[in-house]
Amino acid sequence: MKYKPVIGFEIHTELLTATKMFCGCEVGFGGTPNTRVCPICLGMPGTLPAPNKKAIDYTIRTALALNCDIQSPTYFDRKNYYYPDLPKNYQVSQNYNILGVNGYMDFSMGDSRTKRVGIDNVHIEEDAGKLMHPEEKAADYSLVDLNRAGTPLIEIVTEPDLRSVEEVEAFMKAMKNLLEYIEVSDCKMQEGSLRFEINISLREKDTDDFGTKVEVKNLNSMKVVSKVLEYELKRQSRMLDEGKKIMPETRLWNEVTGKTKSMRTKEEAKDYRYFPEPDLMHIEISSDWIERVKEELPEMREEKKERFIREFSLPEYDAEVLTDEKKIADYFEKTLAKCKTPKAVSNWIMTEVLRELKEMDEEIDEFPVTPACLATIINLIENGTISGKIGKTVFEEVFKTGKDPEKIIEEKGLKQVTDESAIQSVVQEVIEENPDTVEKYRKGKTKVMGFLVGQVMKKTRGKANPKMVNELLGKELQE
Amino acid sequence: MNIETLSIKEVQKKLKEKSISVPEIAEALFRQIDRVEPTVRAYISLNRDMVLKKAHALQEELEKDGYPETPSLLGIPIALKDNLCTTDFPTTCAGKILEKYHSPFDATVVEKLRANKALILGKTNMDEFAMGSSTENSSVQKTANPWDVKKVPGGSSGGSAAAVAAGETLGALGSDTGGSIRQPASFCGVVGMKPTYGLVSRYGLVAFASSFDQIGPLAKTVEDAALLLQCIAGYDERDNTSFAGEVPDFDAGLKQPVKGKVVGIPGEYLDKGLNPEVKKVFESVVHKLEQEGVECREVSLPHTAYAVATYYIISTAEASSNLARFDGVHYGYRSENPEDTMELFTRSRSEGFGDEVKRRIMLGTYVLSSGYYDDYYLKALKVRTLIKQDFEKVFETCDAILAPTCPTTAYGIGEMEDPLEMYLGDIFTIPANLAGLPGITLRGGYDDKGLPVGVQLIGDSFKEASLLNFAWNLEQALNLREYPQL
Repeated sequence: MKYKPVIGFEIHTELLTATKMFCGCEVGFGGTPNTRVCPICLGMPGTLPAPNKKAIDYTIRTALALNCDIQSPTYFDRKNYYYPDLPKNYQVSQNYNILGVNGYMDFSMGDSRTKRVGIDNVHIEEDAGKLMHPEEKAADYSLVDLNRAGTPLIEIVTEPDLRSVEEVEAFMKAMKNLLEYIEVSDCKMQEGSLRFEINISLREKDTDDFGTKVEVKNLNSMKVVSKVLEYELKRQSRMLDEGKKIMPETRLWNEVTGKTKSMRTKEEAKDYRYFPEPDLMHIEISSDWIERVKEELPEMREEKKERFIREFSLPEYDAEVLTDEKKIADYFEKTLAKCKTPKAVSNWIMTEVLRELKEMDEEIDEFPVTPACLATIINLIENGTISGKIGKTVFEEVFKTGKDPEKIIEEKGLKQVTDESAIQSVVQEVIEENPDTVEKYRKGKTKVMGFLVGQVMKKTRGKANPKMVNELLGKELQE
Repeated sequence: MNIETLSIKEVQKKLKEKSISVPEIAEALFRQIDRVEPTVRAYISLNRDMVLKKAHALQEELEKDGYPETPSLLGIPIALKDNLCTTDFPTTCAGKILEKYHSPFDATVVEKLRANKALILGKTNMDEFAMGSSTENSSVQKTANPWDVKKVPGGSSGGSAAAVAAGETLGALGSDTGGSIRQPASFCGVVGMKPTYGLVSRYGLVAFASSFDQIGPLAKTVEDAALLLQCIAGYDERDNTSFAGEVPDFDAGLKQPVKGKVVGIPGEYLDKGLNPEVKKVFESVVHKLEQEGVECREVSLPHTAYAVATYYIISTAEASSNLARFDGVHYGYRSENPEDTMELFTRSRSEGFGDEVKRRIMLGTYVLSSGYYDDYYLKALKVRTLIKQDFEKVFETCDAILAPTCPTTAYGIGEMEDPLEMYLGDIFTIPANLAGLPGITLRGGYDDKGLPVGVQLIGDSFKEASLLNFAWNLEQALNLREYPQL
């Protein structure tokens, strides 16, 4: 390729606080429009903001996790622009004395390589509401839902340090994982609690000069980010090849056309007229405060990995895989809470769960086999109700239907047969139907045992207890 | 009974003695309102039936529980500037854009007045969104100065000042961003006080300029003002800029002598531009204070000349953002049949705001615009710091500052045509707002037309008690208890 991509991110993540940034309204997703609102988040005349201290704690925590310098005092600024989903027509944000600056994040490229991306700043702000446009084209109105307005939001701005699609994908995964590990956000991209905005420019292979930056918004999954990036790289290199100038602009991704479209050019760029928010005092962040936030930091990946090895006697490899993503580790521990066999749980997750998850391309939150279901399946195998093989069938069935495992076993009659006389009669049948094979065995060709076991299993549709089949067959053949 | 000449304290005495009842007070005030309001036009909203009903309820409470021991406003009628949110009266800020607006909540000061059992009488006229110095910028009506009904009452709390002066209420609340309590108090010959920024919660005050706005009392006497302030001051977790310290007892040292104390007279305030008659009254007041044994010495506030410019940059910047929410989308005036959202915004605002408000929004938007921020807004913030430091220096050696409140007495309605000239009328009140300091205005004398001339005392931060003590002594020494003839 003639050009080298230069890529940076702006990441917005909604915080997991109980209440909004400047009022006591509950934070949540969806719900009946305009039910989680009050005069403050509606921006009614005379109201004033009272800052949520937990949200500031979370911002400090995020800034520390991203190796930022904490600026003290820090303060809020108003970002002024008119939009109907913004009740005050200004957003309380940070622009001048931002809480976290000059940070970085190291992340793994999936092999032995690691990459460092600079963090320009981490700041805190309030989210806007949502506009809902009616379906019919002729409608002359839009509706405003302010349930989300005032939700605490962190914005993370990276340096333009990423150079490839591969790096971008690894970065997004690592950033999401970090935010989950430090428990500041639930990072649900579909619900908008984690949002990526990407800025992309190209530069000639042998220069260090940056090209013109294009920003793309409205990206609701990592897959879309990758698509957008590939599309933009092609579009921009084609333009450069044709000798065209790339305009600094903001573009929107259109999922239907698979293209980006210009939203506004730099000439049209808004002047946000930032100025210090006079309704809020400057915030002094003492070293004691920082220490307290550090103490409250949840268990991070390395600690968790070591604990899994220590507490559950898992092999290092298992612990490594399970803690790769915070949500997988949580899934593991939730399953383990309902069954007592760590290694079995680990095996199931590392094989069945992760394989299906990868195919689904979904978050583990959306996975149909819940930790409780998986624990039930494992327990049923452990107590001999079903065989391991049937267990996999049940797992598939739960995955497809979301039904309760015990119900599936009952409906499909999958319970393991442990009745000795029942198995004995099938064994008898198989011996009678396969005299040649029995003969071979008795002549010392013991390998054929497998075939005979298989025949018994087939006749019992896999339900016979394999251990008992082996024992009974062995006894019969000795005779 | 001549209710229009009685102070809150005097009425309280009668209430305690049971020589008057709460409904009788209210009815007496309504009689006065009936008589003078057609001329004065101080109120935007009044609700006689509701208020009388409440008066009866308060009287019952008084008879049942007796007169409260602690500072109270039981049964005392109070008028509120119409930028203070109330659930029982509309809150219009005297602007078309909020003409039918009812707030879903009470301002903290209103809650406090209700907790102190005050009788909220009505909402008073003002310059639209508190922007102006004559109450002529009201979209509702022009209020007259009770001392000469052809003159303005001052502003922006002109309705509150006129209502107190005309005996249409016993006390009132106003808001002071650049002098909006003290200047109308001066024009109407009443006591008006702007507390230290942060002493009174701003929650429920419709914001004009957040870093300046303070709510304060207007009353006939210093003692009444002290009582009203006592009832509305104090920390409020809903206002992040409110002061978390204890509120002192303003009554305790109110009547202490001030002999031996030092008052600074800023030379810059007595310069050119000061009306000679105002100067004459001011000099007589200085003389009176000296007779009380107070040392009056000239001090310097060297950055005074920049105060008006600094104020109009920062306050309009804040206002341009504070008033952005009035867009016709969620509440208030909405323009009909707009083509699109942007037109809904622009037409609702163009039709809903008056000229002065638009002028200040444009000015504020300009000074915050990219490329101008550093030259205007940031520079103004620096000058603001210098002005604060001027005061700090003076308070190292002085207990208070004495100055004229305004360069002139009340001028004629319609007389002041140039907005810039009107801005300059606030030159003596603006510095205290820039520095966040408390100031109190009281009547110092009269000009040759018999119009009141105000003088103001400015104190150090949170030194309201000492300021009120000075003001009380001066009030006693001057002993001016004339009332306007209406």
